[in-house]
Amino acid sequence: MDLHLNAPYCMGTIVGVTYDDGVVLGADSRMTIGMLVANDSVSDKITQLTDKVYICRSGPAAVLEFVSDYVRNILDQQTIQFGQPATVKATANLVRLFSYKNTNAIQMGQMGMIVGGWDKYEGGQIFAVAQGGTILKLPYAIDGSGSSGIEGFLDRAWKEGMSKDKAEKLVVKAVSLAIASDAASGGAVRTVTINSDGVRKNCYPPDSLPLCDDKRRRTKTKKTTTTRTERRIDAPKP
Amino acid sequence: MSSIGTGYDLSVTTFSPDGRVFQIEYAAKAVDNSGTVIGIKCKDGIVLGVEKLISSKMMLPGSNRRIHAVHRHSGMAVAGLAADGRQIVARAKSEAASYERVYGEAIPVKELADRVASYVHLCTLYWWLRPFGCGIILGGYDREGPQLYMIEPSGISYRYFGAAIGKGRQAAKTEIEKLKLSEMTCREGVIEVAKIIYAVHDEAKDKAFELEMSWVCDESNHQHQKVPDDLLEQAKAAAKAALEEMDAD
Repeated sequence: MDLHLNAPYCMGTIVGVTYDDGVVLGADSRMTIGMLVANDSVSDKITQLTDKVYICRSGPAAVLEFVSDYVRNILDQQTIQFGQPATVKATANLVRLFSYKNTNAIQMGQMGMIVGGWDKYEGGQIFAVAQGGTILKLPYAIDGSGSSGIEGFLDRAWKEGMSKDKAEKLVVKAVSLAIASDAASGGAVRTVTINSDGVRKNCYPPDSLPLCDDKRRRTKTKKTTTTRTERRIDAPKP
Repeated sequence: MSSIGTGYDLSVTTFSPDGRVFQIEYAAKAVDNSGTVIGIKCKDGIVLGVEKLISSKMMLPGSNRRIHAVHRHSGMAVAGLAADGRQIVARAKSEAASYERVYGEAIPVKELADRVASYVHLCTLYWWLRPFGCGIILGGYDREGPQLYMIEPSGISYRYFGAAIGKGRQAAKTEIEKLKLSEMTCREGVIEVAKIIYAVHDEAKDKAFELEMSWVCDESNHQHQKVPDDLLEQAKAAAKAALEEMDAD
């Protein structure tokens, strides 16, 4: 594995969950170059592939941009041929074929993608495409460097048949938690909600996120420090 | 024959002055000389039937199949030159497999019909290839429901709810039009198709024939397969009985 330390990476955290009527995809917006944060606000890690299928990207930025463009190009042609947009499964399959066929060529580090969307045959679906081209159909998926910290949280918090608002709040909370604990995740939280009615995008700026200024943590730390100091300074009272 | 195009029919790359390509029309004649092939779309699936003319008593029953499975959900019945038909079936199977490899799902029947039609048409464009001398009836059941397509040697592919090619096609089409296909199940359809094939078979001109049938329907779990033996026997018996009735009149 050859980490190109001068190339931008969008490791971060990406999340995709299904709810009763569709899917919600979420991602942070931090771009890193080596150990430095290149940009915290501009990058949109959730890219459109076809009308109602989006992909969350995590890994080397250039490669992933290429994958999105390549798959989108194929799907544009396919949509014209078939007269209707491609299904989520077909889209995910194209993404994983690219990943599988180019595993050896892509020597730039871990690459994880989440393809999520809605089609009229199977409704909302999430497919996780891992490094090497494994494809997994899951009710919810996470990837990126910040994902390992929220594995347990999402396992506990995801419930089947959630409403749209609950699902979106869950995604925002999950990504915020990841931002709080991972150095490569940060910035705003972007979400894309896809269902039978269409696609809705949201952006939650950094200061609106729960845990953003670590109030809880600082308060905890303060208390402990204060208590210790008090004990030390306070001489036994007369 | 009034439609001999003297001089303009030597190559498939030549148009006649009145805008016809005679080689393609001659290829269609090869289809017209073969045993009848029928396809119908019932409310719950597709039934395909072939009047397989037996050229020798020494042939094993059930051999030299004219109906081929292309994919789990679709099958093709071939009329015309059998060897040409095998080539088209091989191509259709390969198209279906490659679609599934790239897109991860079973090929939609419409897409399959388009691809086969393109391939058949391809062979009418070059002087060093001759057109296929066979007509195909393709039936399949996908997400959009049961669909029936007919592909002619010219490369035209249309969607039908009832189609017939081969010797007895005119009589067969008349019979099919009489059927109420939208209310018929495939079980009933099998019996009707058998009756039609027995009725259009010309005892005087042709020798023995074998009835070959297949279906794709709800009952077969949306898989293309041979009609079960007991139902086939039932259909044959009903067809023979109907023939006797007609003869008795």
